[in-house]
Amino acid sequence: MAKDQREASTLDASGGTALLEDAGSGTPQDLPPVSPVRASGGRFGAVAGFHSNHPLAALILQRIALSVGLLFAVSLLIFLGVEALPGDFAQTYLGQSATPQAVANIRADLGLDRPAPTRYVEWLGGVLQGDFGNSWASGQSVTSQIAGRLGNTLFLAFFAAVISVPLAVGLGMLAVLYRDKAPDRLINIFSLAAVSLPEFFVGYLLILFFGVQLGWVSYPSTVFSGMPFADRLQAVALPVATLVLVVLAHMMRMTRAAILNVMSSAYIETAELKGLNAFRIIARHAAPNVLAPIITVVALNLAYLVVGVVVVEVVFVYPGMGQYMVDAVTVRDMPVVQACGLIFATVYIVLNMIADILGILANPRLRHPR
Amino acid sequence: MKDQLDNLARSAAAGRLSRREFLGRAAALGITVTAANGLLVSAGHAQTPKRGGHLKLGLEGGSGTDSLDPAKYLSQVLFCVGRNWGDTLIESHPETGEASPALAESWSASDDAKVWTFQIRNNVEFHDGKKLTVEDCVATLKRHSDEKSESGALGVLKSISDVKADGGNLVVSLSEGNADLPLLLSDYHLIVQPNGGYDDPTATIGTGPYKMTGWEAGVRATFERNENDWRDDRGFVDSIEIIVINDATARVAALSSGQVHFINRVDPKTVDLLKRGPINILNTSGRGHYVFIMHCNTAPFDNNDLRLALKYAMDREAMVSTILRGYGKVGNDFPINETYALFPEGIEQRSYDPDKAKFHFKKSGHDGSVLLRTSDVAFPGAVDAAQLYQQSASKAGIEIEIRREPGDGYWSNVWNVQPFSTSYWGGRPTQDQMYTTAYYSKADWNDTRFLRPDFDKLLLEARAELDEQKRKDMYREMATMVRDEGGVILPMFNDFVNASTKAVQGYVNDIGNDMSNGYVATRVWLES
Repeated sequence: MAKDQREASTLDASGGTALLEDAGSGTPQDLPPVSPVRASGGRFGAVAGFHSNHPLAALILQRIALSVGLLFAVSLLIFLGVEALPGDFAQTYLGQSATPQAVANIRADLGLDRPAPTRYVEWLGGVLQGDFGNSWASGQSVTSQIAGRLGNTLFLAFFAAVISVPLAVGLGMLAVLYRDKAPDRLINIFSLAAVSLPEFFVGYLLILFFGVQLGWVSYPSTVFSGMPFADRLQAVALPVATLVLVVLAHMMRMTRAAILNVMSSAYIETAELKGLNAFRIIARHAAPNVLAPIITVVALNLAYLVVGVVVVEVVFVYPGMGQYMVDAVTVRDMPVVQACGLIFATVYIVLNMIADILGILANPRLRHPR
Repeated sequence: MKDQLDNLARSAAAGRLSRREFLGRAAALGITVTAANGLLVSAGHAQTPKRGGHLKLGLEGGSGTDSLDPAKYLSQVLFCVGRNWGDTLIESHPETGEASPALAESWSASDDAKVWTFQIRNNVEFHDGKKLTVEDCVATLKRHSDEKSESGALGVLKSISDVKADGGNLVVSLSEGNADLPLLLSDYHLIVQPNGGYDDPTATIGTGPYKMTGWEAGVRATFERNENDWRDDRGFVDSIEIIVINDATARVAALSSGQVHFINRVDPKTVDLLKRGPINILNTSGRGHYVFIMHCNTAPFDNNDLRLALKYAMDREAMVSTILRGYGKVGNDFPINETYALFPEGIEQRSYDPDKAKFHFKKSGHDGSVLLRTSDVAFPGAVDAAQLYQQSASKAGIEIEIRREPGDGYWSNVWNVQPFSTSYWGGRPTQDQMYTTAYYSKADWNDTRFLRPDFDKLLLEARAELDEQKRKDMYREMATMVRDEGGVILPMFNDFVNASTKAVQGYVNDIGNDMSNGYVATRVWLES
């Protein structure tokens, strides 16, 4: 499942890159001599002027506007999706002990007996005022319940990212340095093997060796509020290792391919002729010119670390957002599902936006438009 | 054989076998009752409960959306959590399944079983130091049964017409007589709370042997011993930690690595692997059963000879050993086993008989194959079970065609809709509840379309009958009707399979429900 998600996100990546390229090709020399927008003057002219003078600010504003629309669409899709599932909250929550009267009482209590559009508009009204409502199942406020879970998810994602990103980029550069030689092949085989195994299987293997047989780390990885920081670190060791193995190959191979792409450029040959050593060429001259695609793929993997790790959470018994959302979907707890869905969508959107902005900053031609 | 006996005696002393079960199995090994009793006593000497220690349970069945309001308790984790911090008025006896005293120390009924009077203990305090009063009990029953109730126990309480306090007694009036009322009050939702939980249903202030000290829904629950508990045969460990582990492999790994002392829901497929380590397998006969159901009013299953032929064509022993890997008991085509109070003994066990199956099949005049619909969501291994059945039936000359249905939507499109399918039933607290849910002609879930006015009449009569012997006779008659004329083929009852480390002692094999009827943490102690 998670794999598919990442395949899908790769598609997103190309979309993101395409947008970037659009921004790149929008440099003045490619424009027709007299831009119709500019010629029309007035307000539109001002907008276009702002657009070309501050491409970065324009992009951010455009993205934020787009994000709001996107989040709105996401919430509508989630609502329709949960509505389409068989059985409503009252039925699924009571399960086998459901009596018609108890079901009716719960429906009346939560207002589930009203038409769907009314319920959606009411929920949306609350959210626009910053009120995500209460969980139907537990009666607690969604915000306070999600806070702890989101913290756990970010904690895990942070450590997985801190280890995997430098490792992937470093190994990618190393692979270029020794391309088609033994170290390159070794790195490739290792990372491909790691990414080919399903993540739950990698997880079980790590548990078997390091948790059960060697007993080096504690298992299950349950964390709870008030847990000492050192214990927490130990608890996430195995899930972090699993996630690193899962995301490493994607980023590493992208780094390698992107750098190899520019290695045949004239300026690299010049650097070689100048007699610079190979690693210096890669690190100082090749890598900075391919930052944009690397940043994009890193951002996608970071997003995956936040939103796509439910399988790892289940295997390691780690109380993150993914499990929480699955629990909520199981009983059709709409306010919780909505809040989780919106947070996940926001993470995706924000990380992609950051990737695009960094991509522009990394490209002098886009940073200083003529 | 000596080893086998020693093992048995140790299991019995540790409470994994009931005394009755031990004597039965010892007799099977050729030991007299007196000798067997002697063995039991010597093994029991080593078994004095120890106090102290921190008990960790890794349990399936918790969710991030769990609520601490007992009215909304649903799955395994909350079932166990509630048993730790709260008490019900009545408990069911771990060996006989009959009603036994808890917060109510005694009770009596009017002759028509419509008005019940319970004497409430007067030496019990809640965790916050307040004394338990009859009014608290009244409010509790009211909250679960009033017109605004969202309780999972509303179904068992729906015949309650009035609850009131009368001096030190709790008086419950019913709209129709029900001899099972005390047992129904042992339902795990019905935890007595201060003012019935009207003030704060999620406060977990109860009278149980443990006080809750921490709670994160779907993650973890912690408890410390209630030093002020009203009894002394519960609450041996100092503190309890319940960790929610919904993944079966993860539970086994947590137990094998010694991170938890006890896990529930062990997959029978992996039991043999677990047994290699220093682990005790704790299996208890359960009331849940796997069934093949035929609609008695739909052709060709409206012919009782065809139904009988299909019943005789079922190889029950093979089902238990293959599908349940031995962790279960054979069924006898009625939904009750010896774990229910008033179990009708002495009904002949139906067994695999290809000749009789052939005879009835011929007599039914049915021609051609019989279509059976199944899916793996019906019960674990349902598709395999259908194929096994297909083989045993073909030896009797009956051809069964299997159609594998999609799991999604099985319960709405196939079960209780199609005339012949596989399904699962969880147990109910009483025989009356089981028959009322699934065999009463007006029940929504009468999934065999068993429409028999004489059965319905007997069911209602038995419900209000206070004479146990008469009642047992009625239940025998009902069981025989379902067995010989009903539409259910019931090859097996599945065991509850739990596992613990060797340190866990005193586990009681409670026939009431899984995990020692939820009391596991309050009953066991830890040997170092």
